[in-house]
Amino acid sequence: MSDIVDIGILQLITAYIFVIILLFIVRLKGINREKEIVIASIRMTLQLVLIGYVLVYIFENPSPLLTLIIIGIMETFAIFNIFKRVRRNISTKLKGMIAIAMVVGTFTSILYFLFVVVRIQPWYKPQYFIPLAGMLIGNSMTGISLGVDRLIDGFHSRKEEVETALMLGASSKKAAKRIVNNAFDSAIMPTINSMMGMGIVFLPGMMTGQILSGTSPLTSIKYQIAIMLGIMGSVSLTVIIFLQLGYKTFFNDREQLDV
Amino acid sequence: MSYIFKLDKVKYKNILNIDNLHIKEGIITCLLGESGSGKTTLLRLLNDLISPTEGSILYKNKNIVDMNPVELRRKVLMLGQTPITFEGTIRENFNMALEFSEKEKAEDDILQKYLDISNLNKSLDHNAKEMSGGERQRLALARVLLLDGEVLLLDEPSSALDEDTEKFVIESVVKYAKDNNKSVIMVTHSSLIAKEYGDEIIRMNKGGTIDE
Ligand SMILES: Nc1ncnc2c1ncn2[C@@H]1O[C@H](COP(=O)(O)OP(=O)(O)O)[C@@H](O)[C@H]1O
Ligand SMILES: [Mg+2]
Repeated sequence: MSDIVDIGILQLITAYIFVIILLFIVRLKGINREKEIVIASIRMTLQLVLIGYVLVYIFENPSPLLTLIIIGIMETFAIFNIFKRVRRNISTKLKGMIAIAMVVGTFTSILYFLFVVVRIQPWYKPQYFIPLAGMLIGNSMTGISLGVDRLIDGFHSRKEEVETALMLGASSKKAAKRIVNNAFDSAIMPTINSMMGMGIVFLPGMMTGQILSGTSPLTSIKYQIAIMLGIMGSVSLTVIIFLQLGYKTFFNDREQLDV
Repeated sequence: MSYIFKLDKVKYKNILNIDNLHIKEGIITCLLGESGSGKTTLLRLLNDLISPTEGSILYKNKNIVDMNPVELRRKVLMLGQTPITFEGTIRENFNMALEFSEKEKAEDDILQKYLDISNLNKSLDHNAKEMSGGERQRLALARVLLLDGEVLLLDEPSSALDEDTEKFVIESVVKYAKDNNKSVIMVTHSSLIAKEYGDEIIRMNKGGTIDE
């Protein structure tokens, strides 16, 4: 299976005609989004070209250190992306917990996935490590963002409920239980929903990519199944770690609500 | 007679400034004062929901900062000024409170007894969210009584009740407290109630000070 159809540069340029048609329609309808469409197209192109060359370099010079640096960069971007995505004010303490949860949760999942499930040799082989780590980190990032949002929202909208529980002798853990459970639910629902629709409603990106590049669909579904379980594991683990550490930042050491 | 609470030079921000206050054990203490004088803030301090910015609060001669806050709150229970009920039935509200305090679930006849004390004439299966403000207030009162603490901090427990119900409820809570040797610290807007049921009356002034 090596008859991969490469796209020529000229062919690729024809794809941009799509964008031009889109611009035309947008203008016709009077929707003021031309600038965003142009910027998004250009940014996407430049970023992908850049990452393409970076990946070529990395694939040709595989090293554990380089792999770790890359995963470090991915984690950092993911963490700051969470801070940006959540529209509420995140306290400094909570930001710390987000960072810890992301690093510990995704690292554990990546290591398990690479060493136990996929067992690639050597472990830092960038062709595997980078995309797999990227998927686990990216999905965990989305999960935690939702979790952070719901946790902060819960403590504001249910403040009186939490205090009532405290007045009745509840530990901070019991008083926050509902909020924490709600936040966990909303954080993992997108992952569960995407698993439900997988293969029927849509073909996942990674599988599509593998099939396009000539891998047998049966091999790519095995990868897809494994990666989905890995994603669910990583999202759940990071969100659980985050919530366990995170709810505590809303209380002080006298178990008083501190919002 | 011994004291349940002793406050010494307690300040809370610029809201409360209490030089010295002793509250006796086993009696009904009523807190009077116009709105904004710091009555709720005082109860919240005694429940350790907030800590004084200065000064010390002793519970049975023990500084509360040296006590576990959760254990303290299980002895010194508070009914908040805005009664909050949890989702579910009246029975589930009772059971949730018992779970908070890590107590065993109670049989229906016991729960019913507490509904009777607070004069709430509703089935235990009734949905707590489908009740009027006054009914929810009485559920919240019954719920806090059920937990059987040593001290009850009641913040305007009858504010949403009509005069007749108010009289009945306060009377039955006072009787319950006397029969079971509980100390009650009750905020009330009514000086009539304070005079009739309070063994002691504390008046709070606008600046968060008191005169006994
Ligand atoms: N969380 C808070 N932060 C700042 N000020 C508060 C807070 N809660 C109450 N206050 C202020 O403290 C004063 C006393 O309030 P409160 O104890 O509720 O009085 P009362 O119960 O006697 O009506 C009021 O002036 C009120 O505005
Ligand atoms: Mg008040």
